Amino acid sequence: MSMEIAIPQPVERENYLNKEYGALSWLLTTDHKRIALLYLVSITFFFFIGGFFALLIRLELLTPAGDLVQADTYNKLFTMHGMVMVFFFLIPSIPAVLGNFLVPMMIGAKDLAFPRINLLSWYLYIIGGALMLHCMLTGGVDTGWTFYTPFSTNFTNTKIVEAGIAIFIAGFSSILTGLNFVVTIHRMRAPGMTWSRLPLFIWAHYATSIIQLLGTPVIAITIVLVAAERALHLGIFDPKLGGDPLLFQHLFWFYSHPAVYIMILPSMGVVTEIIACFSRKRIFGYSFVAFSSIAIAVFGFLVWAHHMFVAGISVYSALVFSFLSYSVALPSAIKVFNWTATLYKGSIRYDAPMLYAFGFLGLFTIGGLTGLFLAALGIDVHVTDTYFVVAHFHYIMVGGAVMGYLGGMHFWWPKISGRLYPEGWARLAALIVFIGFNLTFFPQFILGYMGMPRRYYDYSHMPEFQVLHVLSTAGSTVLGVGYLLPMVYFLWSMRYGKPASDNPWNAAGLEWKTASPPPTFNFDEEPVVTWEAYNYEELDAPPHKQEVTVG
Amino acid sequence: MLNNFPLWPEQASTLAHRVDALYIFLLVITGTMALLVCTLVIFFAARFRHRPGVRAEQIEGSDALEITWSVIPLFIFMAIFVWGAVVYFRERTPPADSTEVYVVAKQWMWKVEHAEGQREINELHVPVGRDVKLIMTSQDVIHSFYIPAFRIKQDVLPGRYTVEWFHATKPGVYHLFCAEYCGTQHSGMVGSIVVMEPAQYEAWVSGNPSGPLSVSGEKTFAELGCSTCHRPDMQGRGPNLQGVYGKSVQLEDGRTVTADENYLRECILDPGSRRVKGYQPIMPTFQGLVTDEQINELVAYIKSLGDNQSGAKTTTRAASQLSGNAQPSGNQVQ
Amino acid sequence: MADSSTIMGLHQEEEHHPELLHHFAEAGQQRDAASLGMWVFLATEVMFFGGMFCAYLVYRHWYFGDFGAASKSIDATLGATNTAVLICSSLTVVLAVWAAQTARRALLIGMLVFTMLFGLAFLGIKSKEYYDKFEEHHVPGASFNFDHVPVPGHPGEYANPRHAEIFFSLYFVMTGLHALHMIIGLGIFTGLLVMAWKGRFTPEYHTPVEIGGLYWHFVDIVWIYLFPLLYLIDRHP
Repeated sequence: MSMEIAIPQPVERENYLNKEYGALSWLLTTDHKRIALLYLVSITFFFFIGGFFALLIRLELLTPAGDLVQADTYNKLFTMHGMVMVFFFLIPSIPAVLGNFLVPMMIGAKDLAFPRINLLSWYLYIIGGALMLHCMLTGGVDTGWTFYTPFSTNFTNTKIVEAGIAIFIAGFSSILTGLNFVVTIHRMRAPGMTWSRLPLFIWAHYATSIIQLLGTPVIAITIVLVAAERALHLGIFDPKLGGDPLLFQHLFWFYSHPAVYIMILPSMGVVTEIIACFSRKRIFGYSFVAFSSIAIAVFGFLVWAHHMFVAGISVYSALVFSFLSYSVALPSAIKVFNWTATLYKGSIRYDAPMLYAFGFLGLFTIGGLTGLFLAALGIDVHVTDTYFVVAHFHYIMVGGAVMGYLGGMHFWWPKISGRLYPEGWARLAALIVFIGFNLTFFPQFILGYMGMPRRYYDYSHMPEFQVLHVLSTAGSTVLGVGYLLPMVYFLWSMRYGKPASDNPWNAAGLEWKTASPPPTFNFDEEPVVTWEAYNYEELDAPPHKQEVTVG
Repeated sequence: MLNNFPLWPEQASTLAHRVDALYIFLLVITGTMALLVCTLVIFFAARFRHRPGVRAEQIEGSDALEITWSVIPLFIFMAIFVWGAVVYFRERTPPADSTEVYVVAKQWMWKVEHAEGQREINELHVPVGRDVKLIMTSQDVIHSFYIPAFRIKQDVLPGRYTVEWFHATKPGVYHLFCAEYCGTQHSGMVGSIVVMEPAQYEAWVSGNPSGPLSVSGEKTFAELGCSTCHRPDMQGRGPNLQGVYGKSVQLEDGRTVTADENYLRECILDPGSRRVKGYQPIMPTFQGLVTDEQINELVAYIKSLGDNQSGAKTTTRAASQLSGNAQPSGNQVQ
Repeated sequence: MADSSTIMGLHQEEEHHPELLHHFAEAGQQRDAASLGMWVFLATEVMFFGGMFCAYLVYRHWYFGDFGAASKSIDATLGATNTAVLICSSLTVVLAVWAAQTARRALLIGMLVFTMLFGLAFLGIKSKEYYDKFEEHHVPGASFNFDHVPVPGHPGEYANPRHAEIFFSLYFVMTGLHALHMIIGLGIFTGLLVMAWKGRFTPEYHTPVEIGGLYWHFVDIVWIYLFPLLYLIDRHP
């Protein structure tokens, strides 16, 4: 396989990593690649914090009685797990790390349009994250990441305002990243890089940025209102003062439903790149895959109230939102079919990124299909707010988004670090993650349909649920190992990994046409694009055949 | 352990069968879709695995295929949507002559008041084979009244009524859960639904110490002085409440509303906001002066007032039910 | 505060004269990027205010008369004056941009100063308005009092104080956030003034004036929506 024949560079070229040393050269950098690495370190930190909370939650649920932690502690655990994972890991994960690193390179730009704003958005993320950490260490929040009123405004004495400010600030970080991407994709493309030649990774990030830009300000103002209501006793969401708690839910889900697409769309983009590369094929139905990303972003804004079918909205609005929810399912289905069709008559290799992509396909399909259950009004009444929902969104956000993220990290690791990760270990990790994930979350579908409500720390009234909970907890430890492994061997490979060639996968895309790791301004000379996206036919054409023969 | 380990929730209401039927349909449909995708992926991955010297065959795409796999799922989705909506409409439309039970949720318990007057906490006794309508409100945060065996769930909101209904089909004891996170002891906000054979249920009801809800409501109605303005004829300074429940009411600002439980509740707590046409804004608010339980009693009383004749009948029936116990009924308004 | 940093960041992009940054191919691309960035940012601002307008519309529909009564208690003359002040400031902003395009440095500085004076006047009038509300106990909270205020058009009827309180909650949040944007705008214009003083703007390079102006216009436009919704909903001649 190609990576084994990579020729170590005798003299290290100057690249973005070795150009400067010292903490300041990182903390004051405006290089999008270095900022991507800053993000990588920080989101990994939060990922393991959130994961630690998740393990504690699963351990508590091992037995029906609430015996490991107190009710209050448990409530804080799942709240902080949700807030950390959603706002400080999933939303920035692919866009801020892989997107930051790759968007300029893929379109042939030297940097993002606003490098200093890019750095600012990392600092905002860090300030938000530090506040969130402080909030956790000094008491935490117990409302669930959903902040439902009037509980959050009048009935809890935990640190709502502080957590709200943390999320508000992190939200601006997300907005600025989105702003940077939109402007960069519009204005910074290299000559010849037309819209129809853009990698689908870029289309996915473009769609994501639209959601970040138009959705995040709404959660920002909602949080401002909740904080103001708590601090100044306004009555906007308080039924005792004539306000409407459902208005909060509408505003909250207007952002938080599209936020799911902020998490999953970039992952779809990653998987598209991987599948094309390891099938050695142009993606099947390029324009359908591209436009389905935009369709998801647009329709994603029209379905928020499907979280509220039992919340007290009218039967007719429930009908409309159920109907629209199916409209957003369609573009996702189209994507899955196109990925599958891309495999047809390919020349498929099973390297670790491809294994993650396969895992993504399976898990995302299950997650998406169970979404059909939740969008069906009659069934949603029974399964909403149960473990069915918990399982469903973990299949999308962990099975989908995190699988894609890990797949992408493996795929682009040679470019990012200039080193190869150990392939055998990586395949093993992919397998462990897949098995652990299914073991953790599949039983939760059954639990949910049987009626196990979410956010219960004590189920001693229904001991019949224990078997499935035990399976789920067992799975979560496997999953934990699966997530630790990549971190260990990525770190190991930075020092001991074999040096990577510029294009170890012989992949299409501008990012592979520069050095690994790339120089500070990405390209030694400005690229001019004369080929279509995914030109694997040319890459594999006989004249170039000497590159790769046996694996 | 395994007999403690069912994989399917019990079906104990008429709705459970309908929800399960749709669920099974969806399991089959989505199972087929998932199997199709997974089989194709695995088959392609194996069949077209990399072989030395064999190159991938480039395929641009196919509009015909794209349309096929957009339109077929679309039709399937629409079928699911319609079926789901039909079940939901049934779930959301209580039959007209249901037995009514008032539920007040608070952190962290369920307080239940039967129309016949029984009060329970974290338990609900109902007879098999009867339509039961729950009229629910919360004293503090949002809760959700969830009975998995009946496949029904409805959030319970502070400041207004929400409604759900069921028709139990199988005697037994079933779980009652709070499904909307409501604070520290959220997982302690559980209870049981006891479904009884009609005869047993009658026995349980007759052990009732207090009178029907509407009678307590009548008492409260008089105590609060409501009856001085809301008279059973057209002479009062407030609207005549006989038979008002379920009718449309013409409002001062020209709109019409149906006088449902929520409207009656709102009129007690916030009389000014949707005032009946032709009446002066003289009624004071009872916000903070009446408990949620009292509001429930008042609403139950107003609902028990049929139009003029049948209203009298209801009251008589209520009174006759009372004959067995010591509750005085002398302070009736009529 | 985050929005201010964006703005500052945006024009800091072009702080060094000659202003072409390393990662842009040519000045046109850089200018396009900056102005697109501002437009995109304003789109997020629309959504930011949109959430509040949405809340406003819901409650205005529910508590129609109470909102009318509460709105009537605000001094519309002050509001109208402020509207006029802001419209004038928009004019001076346009003139400032024109002055920058045509290399009239003195005019540019003058117009920037005028804009800022109008902005300050706006904030001054606004604080007078807040002061009045405070005096009248119309600030939501423990001392809020809105008893016996008649509902316009419904003789004998009084507004529900709790509903009026929601109106004032929204009034203070909406105008407060608008004022915050105004203050940020003043900060940006101070920056522009310094740059103009140093003679950094040329007909070829004046993007900061343009995008700063865009921001200022946006803040004005938000006010154009706030004014009728908060001050004029129940005024009859």
